[in-house]
Amino acid sequence: MPLTDLVELAARVGHGQCVAIPSDVGGVSMAATRALVRQGVRDLHLIGVPTAGLQADILIGAGCVRLIEASAVSLGEWGLAPRFTEAIRSGAIQIRDATCPAVHAGLVAGEKGVPFMAMRGLIGSDLLRSRPDWKVIDNPCADMADPIVLIPAIRPEVALIHVPLADREGNIWVGMRRELLVMAHAARTTLVTAERVSETSLLDDPCLAPAVIPSLYVTAVALAPRGAAPIGLYGEYGADEAVLADYARVARSRDGFDRWIEAWLAANACDDRRAVLAPIDG
Amino acid sequence: MAEALSSAFLAHAMSGLMAGSNTVGIGANSPIPAAAALLAQRHDPGMRVTILGSPRHNPYTNGGAELFDFAAEGRLETFVLGALQIDGDANLNLVSVGDYQAPKVRYPGSFGSGLLYYVVPRVIVFREDHSARALVERVDFISATGSSPPGVHRPGGPAWLLTGKAIFRFDRSRARFVLTSLHPGVSEEEVRANTGFVFECDVVDAVEPASAVLAPSSRVEAPRIAVTPSPARRELDWLAGPIADELSDLYPAFAVRLRAAAGDLR
Repeated sequence: MPLTDLVELAARVGHGQCVAIPSDVGGVSMAATRALVRQGVRDLHLIGVPTAGLQADILIGAGCVRLIEASAVSLGEWGLAPRFTEAIRSGAIQIRDATCPAVHAGLVAGEKGVPFMAMRGLIGSDLLRSRPDWKVIDNPCADMADPIVLIPAIRPEVALIHVPLADREGNIWVGMRRELLVMAHAARTTLVTAERVSETSLLDDPCLAPAVIPSLYVTAVALAPRGAAPIGLYGEYGADEAVLADYARVARSRDGFDRWIEAWLAANACDDRRAVLAPIDG
Repeated sequence: MAEALSSAFLAHAMSGLMAGSNTVGIGANSPIPAAAALLAQRHDPGMRVTILGSPRHNPYTNGGAELFDFAAEGRLETFVLGALQIDGDANLNLVSVGDYQAPKVRYPGSFGSGLLYYVVPRVIVFREDHSARALVERVDFISATGSSPPGVHRPGGPAWLLTGKAIFRFDRSRARFVLTSLHPGVSEEEVRANTGFVFECDVVDAVEPASAVLAPSSRVEAPRIAVTPSPARRELDWLAGPIADELSDLYPAFAVRLRAAAGDLR
């Protein structure tokens, strides 16, 4: 039975682990982010799939991150990610710059159990030079010389996601966000928070099943209504623009960030235990 | 026109650069390019436009990777990329200013440029801020190169550079940007003073000034550069009406500005 609560879910993330997180547009578990900050996890290696946003900025600001790998870290319409920007400038964290399709390619290699995936582009760039782990080979299938880049497989220890719907067997429905399927396939464990829990199996519905990550891959699920807020969740609710604009402004200073995070944790002080206690309606 | 060109003017200018494409892709956080693509589509209803993040204009069903797969296969003809620094060789920097390891300024990152700039045949580079800070002699970090040596798979690359002052075309044979039109009220001198790289200009076929007959000495005039066309009344109506409406769920604040900007131009 993978249904659990946020504290137990977050406790499965250990110091120094490699954690894959979605971009801000689809499926970020801000509820689990609070639990990780409270737990005081350290030295995480975050992978933004393929970008990262508020979640990464908060984890960086809270001192949970050693290394981030992403094709971009930003608050999107709300501007630069302030704690990320400061941490890179001060050298507090390391970065592995990427490009969106390279992150996807690495995860596809990971889910297939092969050592790398080839991709076009990148040749001649400083981006490629900054990644000694990305290798250029001569395409062995071509008649003429054809340099091409190999992206090593990405196998995160954890995929951490938020979804609209789970069931009691631990199947989860991701809707249009099919990159979450690839993340779960490539990761060794998948930790999920969900808006709702269905009392019937999601695999029984042929309309839902093609967008389901089966429980085969799912390590634990915790109920977390509005668990992506203040970011939006596709098909469910939009971003809380006032909160994001406020964060983008105040988190530019260390003190401002500390005050913001304290208030945010306090405002959600009771969210940890309600998962298994709350009555569930499908 | 005022110092800051309106969103409607730039969207119209960009829509002209998209004309004739069968497929146009717009990335995240790109309100002006999104308006441009929808305007281009008004003129050419057969054009397929995909806008990342838009519920209505994002037909991809295979997750975040599909746009890149679509482009890598050669199916995407036009895409718009922004950059923090752009140089005359069309190299793009979306990463940092100064030393990469200890940057003076750190920006979000390269996004999809590491692939899209190489495989999309018509990339429009867009930077509203036309300054020597943005348009530099040499970028500090190359997210994606403007051109590639022979033997490197490179079906795509830059075609245009649109800024708040002018339009450059990319000359593939020389691998350099060439100034091709000035926005209304902008002079060549102003563009040179605000551009960190050297460039050549496309000169409009000189029409003999009528006064030349009377005063032959006036033939020694500076070469003339075309002026970027302004939107017609019908196009402003589209931008302020249905296009602003279509973008209001994705870019609500921008839709309000677009209606106002189109109104000002009318």
